[in-house]
Amino acid sequence: MTSELDIFVGNTTLIDEDVYRLWLDGYSVSDAVALRVRSGILEQTGATAAVLQSDTMDHYRTFHMLERLLHAPPKLLHQLIFQIPPSRQALLIERYYAFDEAFVREVLGKKLSKGTKKDLDDISTKTGITLKSCRRQFDNFKRVFKVVEEMRGSLVDNIQQHFLLSDRLARDYAAIVFFANNRFETGKKKLQYLSFGDFAFCAELMIQNWTLGAVDSQVDDMDMDLDKEFLQDLKELKVLVADKDLLDLHKSLVCTALRGKLGVFSEMEANFKNLSRGLVNVAAKLTHNKDVRDLFVDLVEKFVEPCRSDHWPLNDVRLFLNQYSASVHSLDGFRPRYRHLDQGSGSPGPLRLEFR
Amino acid sequence: MPGKLKVKIVAGRHLPVMDRASDLTDAFVEVKFGNTTFKTDVYLKSLNPQWNSEWFKFEVDDEDLQDEPLQITVLDHDTYSANDAIGKVYIDIDPLLYSEAATVISGWFPIYDTIHGIRGEINVVVKVDLFNDLNRFRQSSCGVKFFCTTSIPKCYRAVIIHGFVEELVVNEDPEYQWIDRIRTPRASNEARQRLISLMSGELQRKIGLKVLEMRGNAVVGYLQCFDLEGESGLVVRAIGTACTLDKLSSPAAFLPACNSPSKEMKEIPFNEDPNPNTHSSGPSTPLKNQTYSFSPSKSYSRQSSSSDTDLSLTPKTGMGSGSAGKEGGPFKALLRQQTQSALEQREFPFFTLTAFPPGFLVHVGGVVSARSVKLLDRIHNPAFVGIMGNTRSYKLLDWNSFNSDEPETRDAWWAEIRQEIKSHAKALGCHAVVGYSESTSICEEVCILSASGTAAVLNPRFLQDGTVEGCLEQRLEENLPAGCGFCHIPYDELNMPFPAHLTYCNNCRKQKVPDVLFTTIDLPVDATVIGKGCLIQARLCRLKKKAQAEANATAISNLLPFMEYEVHTQLMNKLKLKAMNALFGLRIQITVGENMLMGLASATGVYLAALPTPGGIQIAGKTPNDGSYEQHISHMQKKINDTIAKNKELYEINPPEISEEIIGSPIPEPRQRSRLLRSQSESSDEVTELDLSHGKKDAFVLEIDDTDAMEDVHSLLTDVPPPSGFYSCNTEIMPGINNWTSEIQMFTSVRVIRLSSLNLTNQALNKNFNDLCENLLKSLYFKLRSMIPCCLCHVNFTVSLPEDELIQVTVTAVAITFDKNQALQTTKTHAEKLLQRASTDNEELLQFPLELCSDSLPSHPFPPAKEHLESASSNSGIPAAQRAVTVEKASPMGEGNFRNRSAPPCANSTVGVVKMTPLSFIPGAKITKYLGIINMFFIRETTSLREEGGVSGFLHAFIAEVFAMVRAHVAALGGNAVVSYIMKQCVFMENPNKNQAQCLINVSGDAVVFVRESELEVVSTPQPAASCQPSCTGGEVTT
Repeated sequence: MTSELDIFVGNTTLIDEDVYRLWLDGYSVSDAVALRVRSGILEQTGATAAVLQSDTMDHYRTFHMLERLLHAPPKLLHQLIFQIPPSRQALLIERYYAFDEAFVREVLGKKLSKGTKKDLDDISTKTGITLKSCRRQFDNFKRVFKVVEEMRGSLVDNIQQHFLLSDRLARDYAAIVFFANNRFETGKKKLQYLSFGDFAFCAELMIQNWTLGAVDSQVDDMDMDLDKEFLQDLKELKVLVADKDLLDLHKSLVCTALRGKLGVFSEMEANFKNLSRGLVNVAAKLTHNKDVRDLFVDLVEKFVEPCRSDHWPLNDVRLFLNQYSASVHSLDGFRPRYRHLDQGSGSPGPLRLEFR
Repeated sequence: MPGKLKVKIVAGRHLPVMDRASDLTDAFVEVKFGNTTFKTDVYLKSLNPQWNSEWFKFEVDDEDLQDEPLQITVLDHDTYSANDAIGKVYIDIDPLLYSEAATVISGWFPIYDTIHGIRGEINVVVKVDLFNDLNRFRQSSCGVKFFCTTSIPKCYRAVIIHGFVEELVVNEDPEYQWIDRIRTPRASNEARQRLISLMSGELQRKIGLKVLEMRGNAVVGYLQCFDLEGESGLVVRAIGTACTLDKLSSPAAFLPACNSPSKEMKEIPFNEDPNPNTHSSGPSTPLKNQTYSFSPSKSYSRQSSSSDTDLSLTPKTGMGSGSAGKEGGPFKALLRQQTQSALEQREFPFFTLTAFPPGFLVHVGGVVSARSVKLLDRIHNPAFVGIMGNTRSYKLLDWNSFNSDEPETRDAWWAEIRQEIKSHAKALGCHAVVGYSESTSICEEVCILSASGTAAVLNPRFLQDGTVEGCLEQRLEENLPAGCGFCHIPYDELNMPFPAHLTYCNNCRKQKVPDVLFTTIDLPVDATVIGKGCLIQARLCRLKKKAQAEANATAISNLLPFMEYEVHTQLMNKLKLKAMNALFGLRIQITVGENMLMGLASATGVYLAALPTPGGIQIAGKTPNDGSYEQHISHMQKKINDTIAKNKELYEINPPEISEEIIGSPIPEPRQRSRLLRSQSESSDEVTELDLSHGKKDAFVLEIDDTDAMEDVHSLLTDVPPPSGFYSCNTEIMPGINNWTSEIQMFTSVRVIRLSSLNLTNQALNKNFNDLCENLLKSLYFKLRSMIPCCLCHVNFTVSLPEDELIQVTVTAVAITFDKNQALQTTKTHAEKLLQRASTDNEELLQFPLELCSDSLPSHPFPPAKEHLESASSNSGIPAAQRAVTVEKASPMGEGNFRNRSAPPCANSTVGVVKMTPLSFIPGAKITKYLGIINMFFIRETTSLREEGGVSGFLHAFIAEVFAMVRAHVAALGGNAVVSYIMKQCVFMENPNKNQAQCLINVSGDAVVFVRESELEVVSTPQPAASCQPSCTGGEVTT
């Protein structure tokens, strides 16, 4: 006696959260059944393994049918085939678009192309996340990217509107899309200590301050691409290190303001020239795409590592950077022009996080 | 030309991509009704087209309106090649033809394709303007309401229950026509869907005509079925109960009165308002009524025959009285005589209802059933071959008119069976059959026709015009104690139709009752039940040699009696094992396959307080000398006794101890060894009368004489009770549970198993089948575990044998949650309440005819005392004449409220929730409006079975789509639920080698609007104030 066909269809679609998680995690039906058995469900309910197998199959089939709709969440809301209460719909969507930290760190900043997709086996082996789950997460990134790629308006809003994600998840996706679009290198060994959250924080600030959207809210791609004009303007910061007088003036302004406030004052004073040169050089190079990609690598090499070798406390870094950018305004010729610099080139965010 | 149908195509959404190049679609819509077709403009390059068409107007006669479905086809425009069809929507416009049902159909419908399934949705608005007096056109029966519900619908009152209506229509099956060889599967499926839609429309119209002839205005318990006879054709048949219904004008439907401690579903609206005036439609009867109702009871019998000419004309009036028992007294005899005469006028005194107005059911005799094996022959009809492609040219042939000279017609077959049922009922001393249903099982050219019902004696009050009987019956009811009357035997004790064991009723101690009662109806509301009920199933397989035609039919006929016998033995044993004494909702299905027969009986077992305590089961061995054997036997015996004790505890069966002397038991033997009562009159086919009473053998001594019997006993004990917190039954509600909460989950589950073909024995088959059903139930319990405590209600199993080694079981049921804590408290008060209710009912019923007589002015229909009662019971104090106003005011408000309500939860989605349930009610809610019958037939086919997830994936998706289409239609009618939902057919065929599968599904139900009781309070509190105003100030004007 073998079961040829075995289905259960409810007027309200039954969703088992535990099975959904197993499905999302990419387990096969038999693995999922084994895991459920291990969870002790048989003892709790008095069911048999066959019942569990049939139940798991049913849920997997339902999820498989729902997956097509989950690719465009508004469809899930308007479709007529599955009657699902709104709270459950939200749960389905949120869980489907959730991703693993380990996975996202592997692909953050990479081009969401077929090439990357081919590397998913390696990522799967490395992270211990099933290939199926890796694929789903990768496809989610890619899908969101494609949909919002050429849209006007705020990136987070667009993602929220088209994928009905929670605010938190939409922000994370905005960061992923932003990183993928600008191809920031995040995989270097030097950057391994940084979490996705760190990068997401940087992404948010960069979107706010460095993109076209920061200047004009009516452009396509506004939150995705960096403002070229701004990057061009950054070149002129070179004067801060090229002009000896200006450099000294800047240094004295910073030192005067921070005297007695920094634990590492002497180290700072000694290193000011190097640090300033490092920061300005990183900023001035950003007109080249290659250097944009290496932004985080450069920042870590040129600024974070020197500070770390001198054992700067986090708070001192913050104070220094704030003072460093604030003092620039007092310098002649900087006041009216460098609006952008004022807003963010000091990068307090990234650096703060890089010290964690 | 009395009707104008108007259709507007608004928009589409989620359309499939039809043009690969642009990833878009150039969609347009064809709207077709009868022979007329309109087209919308092509909406270029969009998956969400906005057609916003003009109103397409069809001028048609009402006959067509009833028969034809509105056909909407969505196509993709293609400049160079033929336009591609995206899919279709069939809309049954019947609900728009009744005055009280829906007024407009408007909403999003899934676009359905028989090959691809649902492909996007389309927004359509449909309206009908009817001219002329509808009923003048006798070819149409617009205005007759249809209900699938097998009880009087909640917001109506039965004035008269006329009786049985049936009709069948036969046609060739497009699937088997020569043209099918050259057309695409899609075209063939569509031809079939359309034909069946057309045939059911015609069938409904014809039944409607019969109802109008009977002067009724509605069909309740409407059951329509398809017989796919293959080459020999397609039969669509329907049965139902014709009634005259009155829209219930009691404000109880809206007023907080319904928040009285008794729960909603136990409340029977019509018993609060037994206004006799509406009963009588004949003008002369009220007068007679006045004269006779005061005369002494002795003269009743003379009166009854003289007062109503119709009755006295019937020649067989005396028949019933002959068999009337002595202890029944003149009342019983008279009642019988009268009911009988009322029923004799009808060819078949059958009722498809399973639940009845209080007082309707007087006695229940037992289950009657009949089966007959027939050979199907081809419909020879060359004139009709090949015209299927044309739209209106298919003429539907009524088998009767077409083959009128041939005796072996479908109609004649059914007539034969019905006749048999009728005679069985008569043998049980009953004149009517209630809970009546018919079914077929077809395999190749053999067809088993089955009919079953419950023989009963009915109260004539609802059956005829005139109130004489009404008065009489009131008197009678005085004598009938509440809660046990229906158990009392209707037949003559001295002249019993079968050997049975009678005792005095445990409840009233006056009348005789059988020791076991089997019925096909729902548990009467006023029945006193001890403990809870449970689902009891008997399952059986019998191998059969493959044979052709007549030999095959003979083989089947020979097997049937044995199957019936075993099914009954199993049921009886299982019932005893559960320590229960009555079965309700019994449904025995015999399915025929190529090489086997399957029997599946489902029923809900209960312990009726009126019936005696069931005896246990004893096991006896054939070889008493063997010591170890003896030991084994005693071990088994102990196990059985333990199981019975456990079940008693599980189902809370603890009847009050009654000492034998009080009962005055006439039974000489010890109770334990009580004999099997056969309350069934069974016959396998026309010839064989089968006696199920086990001859002289004691039924409850199971003899273990061979291994087979051992296995039988084992299988008895292997039935696992549902996990704690779960109950199941196949009736509407679970006896003993009365505090439902509002969460419901309707579901369909299908399983197909393949038998290993080697050396199949009956035992192995039985085991397989048993396991299949048990595992299915276990799976359901597991899946629905989050709803605990809950009850699976209306569990409906269907077995089919699609192929040689395949067994398919389909289950549809609804899980309803209930409040466990409250249950414990209310079980006691429940019974008391019932008693109270019954007594007040009686009082009420008793009162009004007398009052009517003293105050019979028709213009003053509400005697003061009656009003008193009403105001006491409903807290309203508004006389019914004014209530009519209230309801009219109230219903739009109620609806408005419903709309408001449904809006917020779907603020971010456009899809409103539509509940579906096989029950006739929705727990915790009031049905405020019936919008019409839903009767849909779908075919789905695939040629890429593997790609669609195999057979399971294919069928899962299809059933989900069927649910979606039902919900969409209900929502478009303005409803928010389907009640009495039933999946009548689910025919699944596969051919995995060809990667193909096909499935046909037929579903029906009643679309309704319901309002939550909790919201009712909110709505209704301001309502009396609002509605009282006009009724107080302008009361005279409105009445």
